[in-house]
Amino acid sequence: MEYVIIAFLWLAILLYLVLGGADFGAGIIELFSTSTTRSRTRKAAYQAIGPIWEANHMWLIIAVVILFVGFPVIYSTMSTYLHIPLVVMLLGITARGTAFVFRNYDAVVDDMQRVYNRIFLYSSFITPLFLGIIAGSAVSGRINPDAHTFLSAYVFDWLNWFSVAIGLFTVALCGFLASVYLIGETNIDEDQRSFIRKAKIWNAIAVVCGALVFTAAHAEGIPLFKWILGNTVGLTSVIAASLSLVLMWFLISKRKTIVPRMLAGFQASMILLAISWVHFPDFLIMQNGEHLSLFKHQAPNATMNALAWALLIGSLFIIPALFYLYYSFQKDRFVEKGEGR
Amino acid sequence: MDDFLAARSQMALSLGFHIIYACIGMVMPFFMAVAHYRWLKTGDAAYKNVAKAWSKGVAIFFATGAVSGTILSFELGLLWPKFMEHAGPIFGMPFSLEGTAFFIEAIALGFFLYGWDKFNPYFHWFTGVVVGISGLASGILVVAANSWMNSPAGFDYVNGQYTNIHPMKAMFNNAWFPEALHMTLAAFASTGFAVAGVHALMIVRKRNIHFHTQAFKIAAGFAAVAALLQPLAGDIAAKSVAKRQPAKLAAMEAYFHTQPYSPLVIGGIPDEKLKKVNYGLEIPGLLSFLVYDNFHEQVMGLDQIPEKDQPPVAVTHYAFQIMVGLGMFMMLIGVLYLVAVWFKKHWLESNWLMKLFIAAIPAGFIALEAGWVVTEVGRQPWIIQGVMRTKDAVTPMPGIAYSFYLFTAIYISLSVVVIFLLYRQIRMVPQLYDKKPEQLTLSHN
Ligand code: HDD
Ligand code: HEM
Ligand code: HEM
Repeated sequence: MEYVIIAFLWLAILLYLVLGGADFGAGIIELFSTSTTRSRTRKAAYQAIGPIWEANHMWLIIAVVILFVGFPVIYSTMSTYLHIPLVVMLLGITARGTAFVFRNYDAVVDDMQRVYNRIFLYSSFITPLFLGIIAGSAVSGRINPDAHTFLSAYVFDWLNWFSVAIGLFTVALCGFLASVYLIGETNIDEDQRSFIRKAKIWNAIAVVCGALVFTAAHAEGIPLFKWILGNTVGLTSVIAASLSLVLMWFLISKRKTIVPRMLAGFQASMILLAISWVHFPDFLIMQNGEHLSLFKHQAPNATMNALAWALLIGSLFIIPALFYLYYSFQKDRFVEKGEGR
Repeated sequence: MDDFLAARSQMALSLGFHIIYACIGMVMPFFMAVAHYRWLKTGDAAYKNVAKAWSKGVAIFFATGAVSGTILSFELGLLWPKFMEHAGPIFGMPFSLEGTAFFIEAIALGFFLYGWDKFNPYFHWFTGVVVGISGLASGILVVAANSWMNSPAGFDYVNGQYTNIHPMKAMFNNAWFPEALHMTLAAFASTGFAVAGVHALMIVRKRNIHFHTQAFKIAAGFAAVAALLQPLAGDIAAKSVAKRQPAKLAAMEAYFHTQPYSPLVIGGIPDEKLKKVNYGLEIPGLLSFLVYDNFHEQVMGLDQIPEKDQPPVAVTHYAFQIMVGLGMFMMLIGVLYLVAVWFKKHWLESNWLMKLFIAAIPAGFIALEAGWVVTEVGRQPWIIQGVMRTKDAVTPMPGIAYSFYLFTAIYISLSVVVIFLLYRQIRMVPQLYDKKPEQLTLSHN
């Protein structure tokens, strides 16, 4: 049964990265837009994420619940040593979620909108940055349970070049996912071109940040090249991601929208696969060489069985409803387009 | 502030904040569904406007409820890693089921909030009902986790090891039913009185009377029924506490010395050093009656419980008195309201009834918070009753006090913004909905 649970965990992380990432990315590209295109970006983004915002956010909760029910030692170790970045990420989630809703539901439209907006944009940047930092710290091998000073036990685990580089890369990835997603969310030619331009820029930034990650890994003595390219799965996923990137740009130049979106999501999943495969089943890599593995540190069997069934039965309800939600609001926009609005 | 106290305070603050939003998020969808249904049946557009106006408030509360809940699911680990390490696999079942309930709720909410005039009206209505049902289900499920902490079940604890784990038995622990029943009623009563009171205020001020009267009736109906049932459910809860946590019961009642014809102490100032209550009203035999249904059987007092296993008496006792006092007050208003609806219609037009409802705006939420203080402080020094002490569960990280200050600042600013937004929503009602009913039917939206 543990394979079912691990699959769900991986899927929840992936979907949070892709769906939540596009969601964060919408804020990120708005933050870095020139003031002329800002309000347009905002409008397209709002229409796209309004109805599905809550649902995207749920993947994080699912991942956390799987961790604390199924892999309690991993959950408690992470929350002890990565306390500070987790708190910052929570602040980001809180500020962002509330600012997003407040700016749309304030009955009076006045200067407050500027405040909500500022908060929304900055937290859209901070949250994925720290999500990336947390993910980077899990595999960087800097978590040090034997440390005796505050700094080495609770700060340097995550405040190091490698983790920060992963954080920046995550931000770039979100910006990229969002711009590719938003190309299909508008039917005004000028806007579409502007999103295509943004997608190119964010693609370039992601490549730069990726290079940064490898440099930082080298500086910190983390054998990232070997990890990712030293096994067939890693190698294949890197090649598949690169090929699909070429295909995606070709299709975008033909003004296709749906398939490029899927390809962008595919690239994100290949990146996650390459990183998680080499460590599997380890989830947390510690400085003292002890690795917290999903197999060794799982809950007792009775719990794992119950959790697996809860997830399986739950998804019977959730998946159709979720598809219908995405479908309804997609269809809706196409109908509006058809009417020439 | 020491780290342990800071961690407890931060947990209490977060839960105390979340519970308000969670209750509103659970209950408001039902109010909206009733208003919405009446609109579909009668065509009176005031009902549609009520449902729509409420749904905007609910969207605001949902966002705050969702983020404060997310904070909580991390905080369990951030503040109590040792507790979660052992408890997670045992009491995790309700949380994993709750995940499904949240998800369905979030999906249905997307349909409901963004689906006005887009879908078949009955499908749209139905999505609103689904929001309510799944919200209620998640509330009931998460209470199972809390009741497990009060009444641990589904595992054996031998030599510091947690073995023989049965997640299902842990979920269906003895305290779940009384707590969930009482909690659900509390959600309806507190939200109902708060909402009814705000609309009563508008009626007294003669603003948009038709709109506010329809809204008032829906909320007051739910509130009155819940307030009537609440003391009954509270009695069930107290009997269950007496069985599983005699120390908590004794602290609630500030009952220091075990004796036959055990007295019920009303009010008073407990003196924990001298082990007596000053200025309290003692009614002999009543506590025995409430717990055992007879006047003589002796209830276990604090003197039979080792000092190191006793909860703080004063806080628990005050909180309990506040909850019960407000419960009686709300029950009284509920009775008056039902009498008005069935026998004395003209009371409904009178200002005094409206003023009572206005006075009761905060009552439910204060009682709700007080009730949780009884449950949680009364369980101390245990985090898992009789198994693990709270101080053994706290995170080793120093400096939690700063985190507590930070979260306090966040929760205060969030509350200020939410109140500000609601105030603006209510202020805008005239502009948005102040048209004659006939006009509205033709030109809504
Ligand atoms: C509107 C709110 C409200 C009102 C009017 C009352 N309660 Fe309450 N009470 C709660 C809201 C609440 C609560 C916040 O929902 C609690 C906390 C935990 C729980 O399950 O419910 C609670 C807990 C709670 C407990 C502790 C249960 C435990 O530790 O497991 C007892 C014994 C009572 N209540 C008894 C009463 C009585 C005798 C009332 C008589 C009027 C009463 N409550 C009114
Ligand atoms: C939402 C309503 C709730 C409120 C208002 C509430 C209130 C409180 C309060 C006042 C404390 C501090 C007690 C003390 O340290 O003296 C506390 C502690 C705690 N509560 Fe609750 N509680 C609620 C529900 C829950 C639920 C459902 C859970 C179960 C998961 C829970 C888990 C905890 C934990 C782990 C602590 C810290 C350890 C302890 O002090 O025992 N609470 N809560
Ligand atoms: C008795 C106490 C509690 C009750 C009755 C309760 C109930 C609810 C309800 C009804 C919601 C959904 C409505 C809304 O979003 O406004 C909600 C949201 C949430 N709650 Fe609580 N809750 C309680 C305590 C807790 C605790 C202790 C945790 C964490 C371990 C928690 C985690 C969450 C999460 C993660 C969400 C957000 C879900 C979303 O994104 O929609 N809750 N809660």
